Amino acid sequence: MTETLIFEQGAPGRGSCPMPECDVPVQPLEEMIPSGMLRKRPPDLPEVGEREVAGHFTRLSQLNFGVDTGFYPLGSCTMKYNPKINEYAVRLPGFARLHPYQPAEQVQGALGLMYEIQGYLAEITGMDHFTLQPAAGAHGEFTGLQIIRAYHDSRGEVGRRKVIVPDSSHGTNPATAALCGMEVRQISSGPDGSVDLEALKSALDSETAAVMLTNPNTLGLFERQIIEIAEAVHRAGALLYCDGANMNAVMGISRPGEMGFDVIHLNLHKTFSTPHGGGGPGAGPVGVKHFLAPFLPYPVVDRKAGNRSFFLDYDRPLSIGQVRSFYGNFGVVVRAYAYIRALGGQGLREVSENAVLNANYLLSLVRETYRVPFDRLCMHEFVLSPPAGFKEAGLHTLDIAKRLVDYAYHPPTVYFPLIVEEALMVEPTETESRATLEGFADALVKIAREGLEDPELLKEAPHGTPVSRLDEVLAARRPVLRWQPPGVK
Amino acid sequence: MRYVLNTVEDQKLMLGRVGLSGMEDLFRDIPPGARLHTPLDLPRPLAEPELHRHLREVAGKNLNLDEYACFLGAGAYDHYVSPIVDQLLLRSEFYTAYTPYQPEISQGTLQAIFEYQSLICTLTGMEVANASLYDGASALAEAALMACEETKRSKVVVSESVHPEYRAVVRTYLRHRGIEIAECPCTCGLTDPETLAGLVDSRTAAVLIQQPNFFGCLEPVLDLGEASHRHGALFVVCVDPVSLGLLEAPGEYGADIVVGEGQGLGNQVSFGGPYLGFLACRQKLVRRMPGRLVGQTLDKSGRRGFVLTIQAREQHIRREKATSNICSNEALCALAATIHLCWLGKDGLRRVAELCLQKSHYAHSQLASLKGVKPSFKAPFFKEFAMQLEEDIEEVNGRLIKGRIIGGLDLGRFYRSYSGHMLLCCTEMRTREEIDRLAAGIGGMSI
Repeated sequence: MTETLIFEQGAPGRGSCPMPECDVPVQPLEEMIPSGMLRKRPPDLPEVGEREVAGHFTRLSQLNFGVDTGFYPLGSCTMKYNPKINEYAVRLPGFARLHPYQPAEQVQGALGLMYEIQGYLAEITGMDHFTLQPAAGAHGEFTGLQIIRAYHDSRGEVGRRKVIVPDSSHGTNPATAALCGMEVRQISSGPDGSVDLEALKSALDSETAAVMLTNPNTLGLFERQIIEIAEAVHRAGALLYCDGANMNAVMGISRPGEMGFDVIHLNLHKTFSTPHGGGGPGAGPVGVKHFLAPFLPYPVVDRKAGNRSFFLDYDRPLSIGQVRSFYGNFGVVVRAYAYIRALGGQGLREVSENAVLNANYLLSLVRETYRVPFDRLCMHEFVLSPPAGFKEAGLHTLDIAKRLVDYAYHPPTVYFPLIVEEALMVEPTETESRATLEGFADALVKIAREGLEDPELLKEAPHGTPVSRLDEVLAARRPVLRWQPPGVK
Repeated sequence: MRYVLNTVEDQKLMLGRVGLSGMEDLFRDIPPGARLHTPLDLPRPLAEPELHRHLREVAGKNLNLDEYACFLGAGAYDHYVSPIVDQLLLRSEFYTAYTPYQPEISQGTLQAIFEYQSLICTLTGMEVANASLYDGASALAEAALMACEETKRSKVVVSESVHPEYRAVVRTYLRHRGIEIAECPCTCGLTDPETLAGLVDSRTAAVLIQQPNFFGCLEPVLDLGEASHRHGALFVVCVDPVSLGLLEAPGEYGADIVVGEGQGLGNQVSFGGPYLGFLACRQKLVRRMPGRLVGQTLDKSGRRGFVLTIQAREQHIRREKATSNICSNEALCALAATIHLCWLGKDGLRRVAELCLQKSHYAHSQLASLKGVKPSFKAPFFKEFAMQLEEDIEEVNGRLIKGRIIGGLDLGRFYRSYSGHMLLCCTEMRTREEIDRLAAGIGGMSI
C-alpha cells in the first residue's frame, strides 16, 4: 500500500489548470525577452488532472500520522491538539490576503494583533519586549544570541565569546552558538539531572557571553537552583538565555523573567497550539528584558504617541538587523493569538497544570515496568529507559518505539537527551484524556512483556504499516534525492 | 476547560495515584522566588462564538487583496492559489504531524517532500534541493555560508540589485563569522559584469545575484556567472520560481547554488509569512547543504520508501559542527508548493509566466505613455518594473486606494537615489480593466 510518485502518474498533454485567456494585447515573447534568456527545455512538471492531484495527496496524507490520528507523546515537541478555529482565523482574507508592504494605515488590524500578542507573550514569560520575526525555535536562538553578543559589544566587552550549555541541551543550542561565531563550552549535568551549579560556576569567566538553559530542562525536571544559577551567571557578567521549548509546563505558575532569564525564545508551535505542519512552519518569537530592547531585530511594531495608531519602526540604530524578510511567520502568530484569546490567563494556567498532571500520572503507570533514570516529580514530560532484561535480549529503545506503532501510537522521542542511555522521552500534553494515557501505559507494559517473550516481534516491528523499517544506511550511502525522467542517468 | 479533557473527577483520581493532594503540589520543585504569585494579566477568555466574531473584526480592519487590486510585489506575490491547495493542506494527517522522524508512519510527508525536491531541481536545473528553509532571505544567507565553507574563503560579493531585506538578512547571518561583504553597485537597474569582476578576487567565496532582480530587471546572468567563476567563486542565484516557467534554468547558465522565495507557488501573501525558502545546488555540494533532505530507499521487503537522510550534517547529530542550526523546514508551505506545481503542470506554469509577462508589459506601455511618468530602466523585465513619477508617490497611492487599487512600492524606501520611483508588479491575477484604472489613477484621474 504505497503510493506511486506524482511524476509516474498522468499522461502527456493532460493538465488541470485552465488559466484565463490573455486579456491584454499579446506581444511576441522575443520582443520582450532576449531569446538567450528563454528556457530551451520546459521543466519536467507532472501532467496530471485535478482529480489525480486530489487523489494523490489524499492518499499520501493517509500514509501519515498526525495529532488528529492518535496519541503523539513526542517529548520536547508538545504535540497538543491544534484547535480548528485557529485554522479558520488564519484563512480570513483580512489576514491571509495582506501584502507585507501595504502602508500601515491599510493593515492596522494585523499590526494591532502583533502588538497585542507581543504584550501577551511578555506577560506570560515575565519579559518586557518581544519580536515576532524569528521563524522557528532555532531561528529564535540565533536572534537571541545575536542580541546578547550585540549587548556585550556595545559595552566594549568584545572578549565575551563563550556560550555555556549543559550536556542535556537541545542540539540547536550549540549549533546556534557556532552559527553566531561563538565558542561552545558544554558542562556535565549533576547526578539528579539538573545543572551542576559548581561545574557551572567554574566554567563561568570573563569570556562567557551567555549560558543557555531550558527550564524545565530536557529531562522534564525543574531546575531547583535556578535563582542561584541566574545569580552566578550575572555575577560573571554573562546573560542567561532561556530555550522556551518547555514553557508548556509553567504558564501562569512561574515566569522565566522572575527566574532570572534575560532572553527567551518561545515555540508557538509547541506551547501555543499552532500545528507542526509535518516539520514547519513554526514561529520562534524572542522576548528580552528592557535593557536588551534596543538590540531587537527591526522592524518593531509600535504605537504612535499621538493618534495611537500602529506602525513599523525601522529606526533602531542598535538593532542586530533583520533575521528574516518582512515580519516573521504572521500566519502562525495569528493562530497563537486566537489560542491565547480563547484561554485567557486562567486557561493557560490550567493548560500547564493538566500537562504536568498528565505526565506525572502516566509516569506513575509505567514506573514499575520501565527504568526511570531520574525518578522524581516531573514537569510536563519525563524520560524512561527500556525495562530490565531488554539489553540482554538485544533490544533497544528503537524497537520499543517501532512496536508502539503497531498499537496505533506515535512513539515518544528516542535517544534524546543524549545523557540518558537509550532514552525514551514522553510528553503527553494536556489535551489527552485519562483513558488515552491508560491505554498507552498498557501498551508500554505489554511491550515490556513481549520483548522478553519474543524479542523478534519487537525487532521486526512495525508490522502493520505501509512500509516496514527502511534502510537508512542505503539512503545515505547512495543518495537518491529526486525523481528523474526514465532514461536519465 | 477548553482543549483539556480531564474532568474534576479525573484530576482527583490522577492526583491520588501520584500521591499528591492538589494541583499546587505538582509544582513544589519550583522555588518560591521563581513562583508567580498573581494571575496572568491577560484579556478574559472568549467563548468560541465571541472569538469568531473578534477575529473577523480584527481581520476586517485590514484592506485585503480579495477586495483591492494589488500592484505590489517586491518579494511577496499575489499569484492565484487554487482551493485544491488549501483543501489538501487541511488534511490533518499532514498539518498536525511532526517532523517525519518515524518514517513508517510519515511516508505522506516524506514522499511529498521528495516530490518537492524533485520539482525544485527540475525548475532550477540543479541536481539536489533541500526540504526548504524559512524564506528566500535566509536561504540566500545560508547559501553564502555554504559557499564560504566549501571554498574556505571569507568574502562574498552581493549585488545592490538583490532584495534589500535579503541583503539585510545576509549581513545579520554573516556578521560574526569573519566574512567580508562587498556590495556591487548597479547602473541602470543592472549589475554591470565589469564592475562585478573588479570586486571578485581570489578571496571571494561567492557572488550573490537575483534574477529577475529587485527592480524587476533581467540581469546579464551569463556574464555575471563568468565574472564569478574567473576567480573560483561560487555563483549563487536567487530566482523567482514562477519566472522559471519561461526563463532559462539557472543550472544552464552556470549557477552553483540556486535559492529563492517559494511563496509565489501556492502560498498566500499572508502579510509576509509563513513562506518557504528553497535551496538547490550541484551534487558535489550536497554534504554542505543546510536543512533537511529526503532520500529514497528500500524497506525490508524491498518496497520503495522515503527517509530523512544525510543527517550527519544536522544539529541533532553534529551539534556545534552542524552545517546550520536549522532544525525544521517549512514543510507545509513546501507541500503547498508541491500541490500547486502538480496542479499547474507543465503547461500551467508556462501559462502563468506568460500572463505575468504580457500583463506587466501592457501595464508598462500604458504607464509609459502618461505625462509625468517615465520608465526607470530600459532593461528587459518579467513581471515587475519601475516608473519614475513626477507626482509624490504617497499622494498617487492615496488616490489609487480610493479606487480599490493598491499601488506600487516607493523605491526610495530602500534606495535613496530612486526616491520617486515606483516599483510595480503584475501577476496573472491582474485584469486589463484593473491595469487601465491603475494607469488612469497614476495619470491623475480619480478612479
